[in-house]
Amino acid sequence: MPLLTLAQSQAGGWLPQVAMDRVAEILSMAPIRVYEVATFYSMYNLAPVGKNYLQVCTTTPCWLRGSDKIVSSCRKILDIGLGETTKDGEFTLGEVECLGACVNAPVLMINDDYFEDLDSARMESILTQLKRGDKPQAGSKSSRRGAALAHDSKKARRKS
Amino acid sequence: MPRVTINDIEIKVDAGLTVLQACEVAGIEIPRFCYHERLSISGNCRMCLVEMEPSPRPIASCAMPVTDGMVVRTNTPMVEKARRSALEFLLINHPLDCPVCGQAGECDLQDITVAYGANQSRFQENKRAVPDKDFGPLVASAMTRCIHCTRCIRFSTEVAGVEEMGATGRGENAEVGTYVEMALSSELSGNMIDMCPVGALTSGPYAFSARNWELRHTETIDVLDAVGSNIRVDSRGNEVMRVLPRLNEDVNEEWISDKARFAYDGLKCQRLDRPYVRENGRLRETSWDEAFAAIADRIGKIMGAKGRKIAAIAGDLACCESIQALKDIMTAFKSPHMDCRQSGAQLDPRVRAGYLFNTSIANIEDADLCLLIGSNPRYEAPIINARLRKRYLMGGFSVALVGSKADLTYSYEYLGSSPHILEQILSRSHMFAELMDVAQKPMLILGQGALVRPDGSAVLATTRNLANKFGLVSHGWNGFNVLHTAASCVGGLDLGFVPEEDGRNVAGILQGAESGEVEVVYLLGADEINTTELGSAFVIYQGHHGDAGAAAADVVLPGAAYTEKDATYVSTEGRVQQTHLAVHPPGQARPDWMILRALSHALGKKTHYDTLEELRAHMVHTNAVFAEVDVAAANRTARTEWTAFGTTGEMNASPFINAVENFYMTDPISRASKTMARCTNTFHVPYLNITGTNG
Amino acid sequence: MLRDSERIFTNLYGHSDWRLRGARKRGDWDETKEILVRGRDWIVNEIKASGLRGRGGAGFSTGMKWSFMPKGTDGRPHYLVINADEGEPGTCKDREIIRHDPHKLVEGALIAGFATGANTAYIYIRGEFHAEALRLQFAVDEARKAGLIGKNACKSGWDLEIYLHHGAGAYVCGEETALLESLEGKKGQPRMKPPFPTTVGLYGCPTIVNNVETIAVVPEIIRRGAGWFASLGRLKSTGTKLFCISGHVNLPCTVEEEMGIPLRELIEKHAGGVHSGWDNLLAVIPGGSSTALLPKHICDTLLMDFDSLREVQSGLGTAGVIVMDKSTDIVRAITRLSKFYKHESCGQCTPCREGTGWLWRMMEKLAVGDARIEDIDIIDEVTRQIEGHTICALGDAAAWPIQGLIRHFRPELENRIAAHDLTIATPAAIQAEDLPEAI
Repeated sequence: MPLLTLAQSQAGGWLPQVAMDRVAEILSMAPIRVYEVATFYSMYNLAPVGKNYLQVCTTTPCWLRGSDKIVSSCRKILDIGLGETTKDGEFTLGEVECLGACVNAPVLMINDDYFEDLDSARMESILTQLKRGDKPQAGSKSSRRGAALAHDSKKARRKS
Repeated sequence: MPRVTINDIEIKVDAGLTVLQACEVAGIEIPRFCYHERLSISGNCRMCLVEMEPSPRPIASCAMPVTDGMVVRTNTPMVEKARRSALEFLLINHPLDCPVCGQAGECDLQDITVAYGANQSRFQENKRAVPDKDFGPLVASAMTRCIHCTRCIRFSTEVAGVEEMGATGRGENAEVGTYVEMALSSELSGNMIDMCPVGALTSGPYAFSARNWELRHTETIDVLDAVGSNIRVDSRGNEVMRVLPRLNEDVNEEWISDKARFAYDGLKCQRLDRPYVRENGRLRETSWDEAFAAIADRIGKIMGAKGRKIAAIAGDLACCESIQALKDIMTAFKSPHMDCRQSGAQLDPRVRAGYLFNTSIANIEDADLCLLIGSNPRYEAPIINARLRKRYLMGGFSVALVGSKADLTYSYEYLGSSPHILEQILSRSHMFAELMDVAQKPMLILGQGALVRPDGSAVLATTRNLANKFGLVSHGWNGFNVLHTAASCVGGLDLGFVPEEDGRNVAGILQGAESGEVEVVYLLGADEINTTELGSAFVIYQGHHGDAGAAAADVVLPGAAYTEKDATYVSTEGRVQQTHLAVHPPGQARPDWMILRALSHALGKKTHYDTLEELRAHMVHTNAVFAEVDVAAANRTARTEWTAFGTTGEMNASPFINAVENFYMTDPISRASKTMARCTNTFHVPYLNITGTNG
Repeated sequence: MLRDSERIFTNLYGHSDWRLRGARKRGDWDETKEILVRGRDWIVNEIKASGLRGRGGAGFSTGMKWSFMPKGTDGRPHYLVINADEGEPGTCKDREIIRHDPHKLVEGALIAGFATGANTAYIYIRGEFHAEALRLQFAVDEARKAGLIGKNACKSGWDLEIYLHHGAGAYVCGEETALLESLEGKKGQPRMKPPFPTTVGLYGCPTIVNNVETIAVVPEIIRRGAGWFASLGRLKSTGTKLFCISGHVNLPCTVEEEMGIPLRELIEKHAGGVHSGWDNLLAVIPGGSSTALLPKHICDTLLMDFDSLREVQSGLGTAGVIVMDKSTDIVRAITRLSKFYKHESCGQCTPCREGTGWLWRMMEKLAVGDARIEDIDIIDEVTRQIEGHTICALGDAAAWPIQGLIRHFRPELENRIAAHDLTIATPAAIQAEDLPEAI
């Protein structure tokens, strides 16, 4: 699997068959075993994707907090549908199942980075930055209130 | 022994059994799709669920090992519901196209649904459609019918050793196939059709030609290699519609090679269905009487001792009855010139153990080392190769090869291709000798490729020395094995169809024919010789196909193929087995022993047998091995002796060349088969191109 | 409300340094050697006594699981595998641990590895957690450099190597045996049990698979003592737990709280309350998407622990609380989960492969009311045909949310069907239906 991940990044974000065959060769495995793995996991792309691969989480927790709006603003701004790539090959838009950042919903993943607590306005600004060639700041924009403060737990332990 | 209670019946079963197997012991049927006793357990179909105390959920009986005191129920509402559910799920995406499905009538899904399923589906949605795959000329696919039992994947991975099938994708989008469009290159691929419980994988050549309930089944033996695979020939009217394997744990388990399964269309092409005589250089149709008269006429013209000028060669498909009858004719004419080793292999007929696969196929599983000499068992005997692979998968089995490199589906140590390596091992100057020394039950397999050489007899003797030196032959174990490729050869050797003193062997006969010393040559289905060397000799060809032999003949006598006669063959492991008539020979063709008997009478040599039974009694008289049917040499009560065979001598350095070059075409039947021709085009030619570089 | 002094995860929000130096300030890696010196059995017993139950969803006693590991060795190595393939919708606690308190996990791995006889620990982190994986790798490297793990870890004489393995996008790999398959480089398809991983696990060797949170709380439990942990929470649900509150709340967050905290308190104290107030609450999915939803009237008095939730036919699961207010199309919300399970089914066994797709398609129809009343019973029965009939728990997880919906919102489903029947009865609608699709 690490080899497939590596192969994917070397091949420009997707896995052509030759890459899978090469992985099979390196591992001296039957190619079919590699195809099986590559088609099983959703992070291996079997077709080319754009330079910016946008994956919007639309599973229930994100959907509750407006992932539909995020999808529609992406569609509007990029003028592509889900699963499509812009003509210039810059953007691919996809849906993704739960990204495991539900308290920061809605969440979007662009290549390796998470963008959290999104709304249409922020989505728009992220896309504008990307189009300009800038790198928008990943993570959450809303600062979360800490429910716990750092404390000296050594002391706490001694007490208990 | 654990004690388990199944449906209130308490039974004791062997430890290590699964609940499903225990149920079988108790005589209770458990429906299943994915489970197959010869494959690993996958537990995915969920059809075999049973109730086990105290589990609140049903358990998969195919995967659950029995434990002492276990209480299992297979007839409760919970189990019935589970079975109904599994079937409902399997059927929601299975097309209800039974009327046009080749599997109908022998479909597990059909049968099990009738027995355990609900009578209606509640599924209202669209069914899934899966594109069919092109698996090559043998296996046809209708992947929409696939129920993802993964038997075919496990078969190709585990038994065939050719990892080409897999399940790609996941969830309901998972598909079974090769992912990249490719033909299945295993020579055992046809077995996947039998494995498939539904109509997803079906026989390409058989497709839409018959329904199984129209077919007459004849249990018989395959003769297209020397394994003696047990088969069932399905026929309709006087036509062979298909060939299926028959269970024989000691021989082919339940597998057969693709050639055994698919070459049957060759039985319908190029057939000799009437006698011919050559007139003005061309073969003319004739009657039996005329044909016999022509032979009698020619033999009558021989001056001097007739026996010295008559010779006979038995081909690869000749049955023992015809060999015996032909031998009787030769004896009647006092001819010493006869040979059943068509390929010229220098097998020594004196010692039976010297030409047999002594270990027996089943006992391969007990061996711990195997040295292959001049053999590629994958092409010469795929069933034996599958057994070697099975043994290999058990672990603790070292395999080495002296000969030409090939993918055998298991890993082996390649020692080289020269016979001199055998001498090095013998003198312990080769590393492999150390492994041979420590092996408890070592075996070797000597291929025909090592024996057809001019120094074949020396190779044989050297191999025997190897066997002696490294304890391959000990009490209760004989690891010396000759792997035959011709179904007739062992039988011929057993019947003594070999040159008598100062007689000629195949090469000698051809030489004599060329020089004119031999005037009449009788070819009993011999097509693999170089017919141009027959010179001006008068050639009688008896056989069933218009192949090389018939083309060179002056008289052609149409015989019966193995599906068309009751005949005896002896397999490479010395197992005497009998074929049975499934369909009648075409036209005027007749069972071979009858032809020879009639000819014998026509030549004025009366036979002392008139029926098949009498002839068989005569064969037993010639060699007692024919009294015991279906027993491998290894299991015979009378042990075969182990005296010297072969001739000590120099071996030359030229590399061993395998006997079988194209698995799909080795004999007149497979050469006449269109299916085998397609396989040759698909698999054989590309193989040649990639040898050595695509590793 | 849990006092700050009782918290285990004191840097859950990343307000202070997550690196080794910061972790040490918070008390991590404090006298770890002394813990190990007290021996394997002592640690296992202490964990047993603490009542710690697995935090990955199933809630199996951690100490008990550890005690299933063979005591001696038959030559096969033991493995510790830490499940960081967090993907249950509604759950994002492990991510916070890895981001902000990775040393709790690394130290826990050492103690757990020692207690189960493992010299090798694998952390299987989901592939999407790219930044998190980098951070965790940094923490592991830091610990190794400081001699805390690796050869003679903490000078205890015990060796422990930690390796990270990145997933590649498959929810089912959160199932322990599927995770092991994936770790071995294969498709993440669950194995049949028995044998259980403690007997035949990774590469056929005895293996313990634990959730990130489970492992991360171990050092603190050992330091403060089993009694301390057991004194928190209630009955068979001891200690503290990370709750992730998402959905229609004012301040979605992950928070550590005592087991058995009332749901209402949890939402109002930590998550800023439901949008427009508690009365606007429609339903809550209490333990990640796999657990059955609960309508407001149950939520009013609900306590958040394993047993209380079981009593109301739901479960604590991963404690991913998904809050839905009255604006929610509850049928859509569950339908989306059905799509999730259909997408994530591994395709190995029949009921799940075929059933999840069927469920989703029927749910899509129910969501718009394009169904018959009896279809509600059919779908309910289909969920029961899947539940308990599959190799792994994904089948159950796909079944439960729909069962919960039908249990608590059947009238809503019936109303939709009735409303839909009305619309198609109008001539205009009939015309629209008859239009060929191509237009």
